[in-house]
Amino acid sequence: MGVALVLALIIAPEDADQGISQRIFYIHVPIALTAYFCFGLGAFKALLHLWKGDERYDLESYVAIHQGTIFGALTLITGSIWARASWGVWWTWSSNQLVLFLVLFLFYCAYFMLRFSLEDGPRRARSSAVYALFGVALIPVSFLAIRLAEDFIHPTVFTRDGPQMSATMFVTFVVCWGAVTLLAYVLYRVELAGKRLDANLRELREVLQ
Amino acid sequence: MTYLADVVALTRKDLRVELRGRDTLPAMLIFVLSTLVVFHFALPDASGDTAAYGLLWVAIVFTALLGLARAWIPEQEHGVLDGLVLAPCDRSAIWLGKTLATLAFLLASQAVALPAFVLFFEPLDTTALAAVLLADIGICAVGSLMSAMAAAGRSREVLLPLLVLPLAIPLIVGGVGAAVSEDGQRFLLFLLLYDAVFAVLSWASFEYVVTE
Repeated sequence: MGVALVLALIIAPEDADQGISQRIFYIHVPIALTAYFCFGLGAFKALLHLWKGDERYDLESYVAIHQGTIFGALTLITGSIWARASWGVWWTWSSNQLVLFLVLFLFYCAYFMLRFSLEDGPRRARSSAVYALFGVALIPVSFLAIRLAEDFIHPTVFTRDGPQMSATMFVTFVVCWGAVTLLAYVLYRVELAGKRLDANLRELREVLQ
Repeated sequence: MTYLADVVALTRKDLRVELRGRDTLPAMLIFVLSTLVVFHFALPDASGDTAAYGLLWVAIVFTALLGLARAWIPEQEHGVLDGLVLAPCDRSAIWLGKTLATLAFLLASQAVALPAFVLFFEPLDTTALAAVLLADIGICAVGSLMSAMAAAGRSREVLLPLLVLPLAIPLIVGGVGAAVSEDGQRFLLFLLLYDAVFAVLSWASFEYVVTE
């Protein structure tokens, strides 16, 4: 996995032929896709939790959303850097994806507030699961809303023209995407293992006392 | 039919509690009127009517939040929610009853707020009024579920706006769009879609939030 990541990082600059700013594309877009994937995974686990009532899924859903929020924040940061490099501003409301990520970031921050405010127990697990499900419903709805909002906030849609992706660029992109997904997966497993260990330790301590 | 009867009974209970206690509605009325007055001073003279429409939506959302924050407090204070959950009725009827009662309060406050807005700022057309109605339904449907979630938490007053505001962003887009855009129908359709999606989701998931 580490090898894949290093390879992707070394290959990526080689065929970036549109100036330095374009290279962030290889990091930014895979991170964004991975964040979506994590949110989707979190909601899927939440659905499984509501359906089957297994506590395992609650923890998995939480960890997936935690990873998604971290990757979402990274998307905002890299997107902002890219916007600065190619459009000259740190933030632009005309970039649909960035605005969507801001909304989602706020939403999932509220998810953590909800989780930390409720008492540990089945009710917290179910409330969090319901909120996580609202999250995946919010993604397409707010995407539509942001598209619609452009009509009255921005009369002219920002167009960014560039050449089509060449084959080598596409390969690099796919390799980067795979690497970021792997990274997310490893982080997910590590955090899950840590959280499980934590829970087991606490149980053991309670038994011993 | 029993489902409907349950919903009606629950809504009537909330309305009667409000009529006897008068805790929520006067607060919402005074809040929305003072917000409009604050907006008058917050808006510079040169800013056009479009800005006023935007601020109307801010007022609507925050008034709804005020009503929603109070929604489950009577239940919480007297332990009624446990009784309701144990009652032999579908749990989603509790959500629907609360949503309808909150919607009634919100509409009552807007019956004063919207004429005041027309008087102070700009006229509203039927598209804008339809958008207000649709957005009210959406925010009450989502908000009464979120409010039930937040009521179980330690810091419910702080938590509720955090939970609801990201979900209300599409409603604001639809509402402002219907008021200022020439093609308002599209935004009404969007609001209708939002209401349908989130009402079904809230209706289906309420049971999980209130049961222990």
